[in-house]
Amino acid sequence: MTVETTPTGILIIIALMAVVTLATRYGGAFVMSFVRISPRIESFINTMASSVLIAIIVPMAFSGDAGALAALATTTIIMLVTRRPLPAIAAGILAAALVRLLAG
Amino acid sequence: MSATPYPYQWQPARVRAEFFRLLPISLFVVAFGAAFGLAAVQEGLEPLQALLMSVTVFAGASQFAAVDMWGTEVSLVPLLAVVFAINSRHLLMGASLYPVLRELPPARRYGVLLLLTDANWAVAAQDYQNGRKNLEVIVGGGLVLWLAWVIGTILGVYFGGLLKDPQALGLDMVLGCFLLAMALGGKKSPRTLVAWGVASAAALAAWRWLPPNIHVVVGALAGGVVGFFWLETGRVAKPRPDPEA
Repeated sequence: MTVETTPTGILIIIALMAVVTLATRYGGAFVMSFVRISPRIESFINTMASSVLIAIIVPMAFSGDAGALAALATTTIIMLVTRRPLPAIAAGILAAALVRLLAG
Repeated sequence: MSATPYPYQWQPARVRAEFFRLLPISLFVVAFGAAFGLAAVQEGLEPLQALLMSVTVFAGASQFAAVDMWGTEVSLVPLLAVVFAINSRHLLMGASLYPVLRELPPARRYGVLLLLTDANWAVAAQDYQNGRKNLEVIVGGGLVLWLAWVIGTILGVYFGGLLKDPQALGLDMVLGCFLLAMALGGKKSPRTLVAWGVASAAALAAWRWLPPNIHVVVGALAGGVVGFFWLETGRVAKPRPDPEA
């Protein structure tokens, strides 16, 4: 099913995108409201929560360029040493910019 | 009424504090928004249409993917499938906050979730792991992130030429570095490290061999399975030396 990108068509597309995205924001909490939260379920969602971050970052590192790798490595080191997020993030971004500048 | 079923102590002052806490990261989000606005008008959207999308969808990666599929005609089902796949991580994020969210009345609960996105969720999830219930960051942080995304889009559609190459400045790595810092700042038990290993392997395998855009959900669920079968024993958190790699 195709929609022409006329003004009306685009409005319909954007509205549907908004509805689909809102459904993802609401769906998880909605489904969980029917689940009894046993210690096992709580353990599942807590472990899942910290795994979300890893599942975003690791493929990003594998698919990224040298700048991306430098950014993630730098953030890791500074974060583990200082335990302070802002310097770690800033150093990571700077590392990406530097590596890309040098790699031309 | 005796005991309220919704005991969450909502602190309006903290909403404001969390707004300012996420202000620095939001400055970078402005740059992303500008990149999106530029991409959208280059693909043929009118400025107001791009703006409407940022206001109502508020999910960067899926918006980039959507305008990538733009043309004189758009295949609706594939487009919405991509949007759903990229944003399906919200399902897990919402579910993971449910133990806190259920302490809010439903109307407010779903009001809070309107503003759920990666960065403010990461803060709330990290706080929850450290024993603090913080839904105010979803609202305060979400508002500043949303404003930044909308302002960035406006800058991009009208003055797109100002920021031609956000990658050269490393700006594409802001979210990655932010999420990584949040992950490393959380509580790390041997169980978490095993879950991370499983999640990494599953996410990479899904990224390599499964249809695109579902690796986050696959990896996160695989990590969750570790928690399902391996329960943390003992309530008292003892300080542990970092296990050697």
